[in-house]
Amino acid sequence: MPEIRSFIVENFLYGQDDGFGDDVSFLEKGIIDSTGVLELVSFVEDKYGISVDDEELVPDNFDSLNNLSAYIARKTNNGK
Amino acid sequence: MCGIAGIFDISGKTDISREMLEGMITAVRHRGPDGFGFFTDKHVGLAHARLSIIDLEGGKQPMSNEDRTCWIVFNGEIFNYIELREILEKRGHTFSTMSDTEVIIHLYEDHGPDCLKYLNGQFAFAIWDKRTRMFFAARDRVGIRPFFYTNFQGALLFASEIKAIFANREVSREIDPYALDQAFTFWMTLPPRTAFKGIFELPAGHYMIIQNGDTKVHKYWDPDFSSPSSSHSEERYAEDLRELLIDATRLQLRADVPVGAYLSGGIDSSVITALIKNFTDTPLRTFSVTFDDNAFDESAYQKQMIDHLETDHSDIKCGYSDIGRVFPDVIWHTEKPLVRTAPAPLFILSKLVRDSGYKVVLTGEGSDEIMAGYDIFKEVKVRRFIERCPESRFRPLILKRLYPYLAHSPVKSVSYAEAFFKGDNSAWPSECYSHVPRWTTTAKIKTFFSRQMSEAINSYDPALELSSLTSGIKGYDDVSMAQYVEIKTLLSGYLLSSQGDRVAMAHSIEGRFPFLDHRVIEFCCKLPSTVRMKVLTEKYILKESMKDYIPKSILKRPKQPYRAPDSQSFFKGDSSSYVDELLSEDNLLKTGYFNPKAVSALANKCRRNSVLGFKDNMAAVGIISTLLLHEKFINNFDAGNFAATDSLSRGKIYVVNA
Repeated sequence: MPEIRSFIVENFLYGQDDGFGDDVSFLEKGIIDSTGVLELVSFVEDKYGISVDDEELVPDNFDSLNNLSAYIARKTNNGK
Repeated sequence: MCGIAGIFDISGKTDISREMLEGMITAVRHRGPDGFGFFTDKHVGLAHARLSIIDLEGGKQPMSNEDRTCWIVFNGEIFNYIELREILEKRGHTFSTMSDTEVIIHLYEDHGPDCLKYLNGQFAFAIWDKRTRMFFAARDRVGIRPFFYTNFQGALLFASEIKAIFANREVSREIDPYALDQAFTFWMTLPPRTAFKGIFELPAGHYMIIQNGDTKVHKYWDPDFSSPSSSHSEERYAEDLRELLIDATRLQLRADVPVGAYLSGGIDSSVITALIKNFTDTPLRTFSVTFDDNAFDESAYQKQMIDHLETDHSDIKCGYSDIGRVFPDVIWHTEKPLVRTAPAPLFILSKLVRDSGYKVVLTGEGSDEIMAGYDIFKEVKVRRFIERCPESRFRPLILKRLYPYLAHSPVKSVSYAEAFFKGDNSAWPSECYSHVPRWTTTAKIKTFFSRQMSEAINSYDPALELSSLTSGIKGYDDVSMAQYVEIKTLLSGYLLSSQGDRVAMAHSIEGRFPFLDHRVIEFCCKLPSTVRMKVLTEKYILKESMKDYIPKSILKRPKQPYRAPDSQSFFKGDSSSYVDELLSEDNLLKTGYFNPKAVSALANKCRRNSVLGFKDNMAAVGIISTLLLHEKFINNFDAGNFAATDSLSRGKIYVVNA
């Protein structure tokens, strides 16, 4: 998901990409904090035309590139 | 209220010149435009800029004792000066004025540095004792009034603001990278460190003695939560607190000029205005700031109090562009980087007060710190509550009780909040547990530092410097510990300075704070912390004590700490011209503090989005304020402005040459 990586690099790392891995935890690495995750949600909703429910707003869905890809795949496959 | 400045020749090699003193006091003339005074002898030079409030005719400074062997310059108020004077007169002291200044000098004659324990007030002063050749300087218990100093060519230069020290052209001006590290972690610099290398502040509750070439700094007071007493009922505590607050307010209304009050719409300023209305004869004149943006505006609550108390009220509306517009002036006065813009509306408000003909205002500052009002105190209880049963699925839901007023709340998602608060505390002193989430979030904005800044702070650990401030509190309960840390850091280093003294004195306004009467603080420190915060009810005992005097809607309203729009102030509206210049690649490379690529990405993000998270807001304000500090104090500081100019001649000048 290069577009998500590039959003994260631009928006949360201010263009400074250290090549973080696809399974790196955003929270543990300090890339995205609990207020920043709402920006990520807003990006994902706009980009993929999905709607994130409050109960889906958990690290299991949003805390790494792999988690997020899997979540988006589930949501889009389920017919939104 | 006033400005002070001076030189003490420690080495015996410095020439004390009137010209130098004039330059210094001119730099802080906004603190006291009503008159200027100078004292010089072979060892010391003292300068004073006066805002006349008590004994308008007689209170000229520098002032001496009866035989002119002790000389003082003093900034502040001693509220119990009438009672102290009676005692001193009985002991045989002769007074030649009606001022509170003279009380300090006679008390000092009798007690030496122990005089401090008798003073109820807000003060910073310096005394030159010719008899013992001792220089003695002191600052009030919680740091309401400022005292900065540096050692320069064998002399001590001191002043109410750093700019007065820099008025001496040869004093070097350089931003301290460790100070930036601290400001970008704690929101302030830890005393005695200031934003500038080699410039120090006397910490709150400390005094300094210089004698025989030897300088010593001592602590004389500290908030003490170590032995709470639970011997009384809640009703009794509430009653005792109210009586103390009434007395503190009465004392703080002492002035020979009219006194006003700030009315924010919150509980604290409502308490102060209600006390003035119900327990004193002072006509109630109130002032407030309102915001265009509903997220920050409290005018509906202000109106309830205005109607309830029938006050004569003025307010001033503050928009995004107003904050951006005044921010450069605000940094000139705060003299340190800020990660919040909240001082700017108070700078605008103090001008309204001055334009309305007032010099003195009472405010509710300090209540949140001593009565346990902030959400950070709730946060610590909530985190411990969850930790006690880490497997519980229900306990984390209590996180929802925190920060309901924030648009981008860190507890919007419970599982995210849980992960956030479970962060690694191991790098910090254990007694700072409460503040670690705040500091680690803030410290992320250090990613904007340039490579040379990162290298300059590479081996520096701000936690070590902090531990010397907090090492004595290990036995306190969680809430008391958190209150202590808050009092020792943000109360003096931000709230009473950047958001208090500096932005009020910018327009020659003196703030007074009944909650910070030391008797009130000491009373609250001795209460069980479960009475200050009952379960998760903040300021419980204060609300109980004042429930008959304040409308229920104010007492029951959800806590909303005073805040102002942050990054939007610089990227919305018309203030952006100086911001673009400050954030240009050219300026960023020239100043060297920040990484241009990262700052450019942040600025683009700020221009794109109207609502940003904590980190982005703090980074934007922190970067802009640091660059303004550089521009005003390093790049473009003109000491020539402070050569004795006609601005002094507009006030009355008073000179004593020994």
